[in-house]
Amino acid sequence: MLSVKMALRSIGANKLRAALTMLGIIIGVMALVVLVSLVDSATSSITEEVSSLGSSLLTVRVSDDKGRPVKLEDLQTWVDQEPAVAAVAPYATTTATGKYGTESASFNVYGVTPDEYKIQNMQLTLGRFIASSDVRNNSRVCVVPEKTAVDLIGYSDCLGKEISLNGVKYTIIGVLKDEDESLASILMGSLKIAYIPYTSLIRLSTDTGATVSTFYIGAAEGYTLDQAEKVMTDLLMTRFDDDDDAFAISSQNMIEEAMESISSLLNILLGGIAAISLIVGGIGIMNIMLVTVTERTREIGIRKAIGASRRTILVQFLIEAVVLCMMGCALGIFVSWGILQIISTITASASISFHLNGRVVLLSVLFCFLIGVIFGLYPANQAAKMKPIDALHYGG
Amino acid sequence: MIELRDVSKIYQIGDERVHALDHANLHVRPKEFVSIIGPSGSGKSTLMNIIGCLDVADAGEYLLDGMPIEAYSENDLAEIRNRKIGFVFQSFNLIPKLTAEENVELPLIYQRVKKSERQTRVRLALEKVGLEKRAKHLPTELSGGQQQRVAIARAMVTNPSLILADEPTGNLDSKTSGEIMRMFQELHEQGNTIVLITHDNDVARQAKRVVHILDGKLTEVTL
Repeated sequence: MLSVKMALRSIGANKLRAALTMLGIIIGVMALVVLVSLVDSATSSITEEVSSLGSSLLTVRVSDDKGRPVKLEDLQTWVDQEPAVAAVAPYATTTATGKYGTESASFNVYGVTPDEYKIQNMQLTLGRFIASSDVRNNSRVCVVPEKTAVDLIGYSDCLGKEISLNGVKYTIIGVLKDEDESLASILMGSLKIAYIPYTSLIRLSTDTGATVSTFYIGAAEGYTLDQAEKVMTDLLMTRFDDDDDAFAISSQNMIEEAMESISSLLNILLGGIAAISLIVGGIGIMNIMLVTVTERTREIGIRKAIGASRRTILVQFLIEAVVLCMMGCALGIFVSWGILQIISTITASASISFHLNGRVVLLSVLFCFLIGVIFGLYPANQAAKMKPIDALHYGG
Repeated sequence: MIELRDVSKIYQIGDERVHALDHANLHVRPKEFVSIIGPSGSGKSTLMNIIGCLDVADAGEYLLDGMPIEAYSENDLAEIRNRKIGFVFQSFNLIPKLTAEENVELPLIYQRVKKSERQTRVRLALEKVGLEKRAKHLPTELSGGQQQRVAIARAMVTNPSLILADEPTGNLDSKTSGEIMRMFQELHEQGNTIVLITHDNDVARQAKRVVHILDGKLTEVTL
């Protein structure tokens, strides 16, 4: 403790020099902490977004149906037959011009079945969702998100109102709760959305037929997505003559995994660059410590004359180097915290919050300590091995 | 106490071999006050370095308190300097960043003396040299005489077997020199062994015994 106090005093004796020396470490720590924290925060919020889009979801794409195309009825059969599969929803979409009175807007129209509601974790605020009977009867009904209703009609309480899509009138039977301010909604912008029965979409759009080429699968409660995927793969392999090129199953887990590997790669890359700048900072420390040792040759001589051993001198200068490093490290972490706060304030609207990553703070503290020891050792040893008479007579 | 037997130290300067000490013999008994006088270049500093365990002789034997010094490692010598020898230098050699108090405390820290005991001993030592009121001052805030008194306090705080003074009055005016020399007299009367190295006859004469050094050879002087 006493030696740390002594070290602080030696450092304090030359504040400007100490500050300039620490700058290297400060910048290195900042680079490490800020960059890694940024990547980590961004990754975790993107991952959250991805999983909120429905993590219990498999997407199946059929590219070659071998003359046995998947029909809407097949989807229902699979749900009934396989306990692991809870819901199957076809995916088909088209764009259409929507009109209400004199208002008109471009719409993304989705053809859906009742399972869509479960799979996409939707929530109704008014009315009901598309029912099986609507699908069977090609009913001209639609469900819209609240935002779309307000934008086109002017208010959300619009059950029973009719909007026309490409000239065909659809009755609004349900209003969906808007999704939270999410990445998806930022990407989608102010796009208008309408959900209509799958069979109705076949009539509305020319490129949607009775054949389903893309559909979602949800795993049943008590089953993992992997189990559902296996069941589905077996089923489709049988149907398509064991040709695994005929279809592709992808899950959002894969996206998450990809995200994770990208971010860990980024972290290693950025961490590596930051580590290099920390090492450069360490060389700066070594340089200044060597100057300090030369400057204080006389002091070393006096200390040795009155009984300081080699080890005592070595430890004294080593502690000084480590303290210098750790002070730089603390300042660097503090400044990083400030920077992340500022970035968070600026990007507050984007729902991504940037915060200090505890692991990287710990890592930088350890790394700074190591750098202090490694780069302090040589100058400290130079000091320790001085001969007392030479040191005493240095500079008169 | 101090026993030098045929001690030699040779420096190689260019092609020339200089005998800084040439078979020097010296015996100092406990509680003695000995002056070693000689002109510059006579080997005084070398003798002082060897007696002070800052350097090791090339040949001969040096016994301090009956222990042969040649046998020890660098770290052992540091400990011997710490416990047995108190240095007083011509240029005071205080550490400029430390206060008077802390300078005196330093050898006790190296001895790992407990803090409470350190404080009492430092206070006593500073009282002895009459500087208790200046304890918190930095060396730069003290006069030359005061700095040398701090150095004397530092030398005796460890109760060493030997106080070794190298031209302690060399940088001081005659009045302050007188004060410092009286202080050495007092220390001598209190039973300390003192070896004082000087080129000044007036200073040397204040000791009970004077040894002359010339070209590395020691001769007793009877006053």
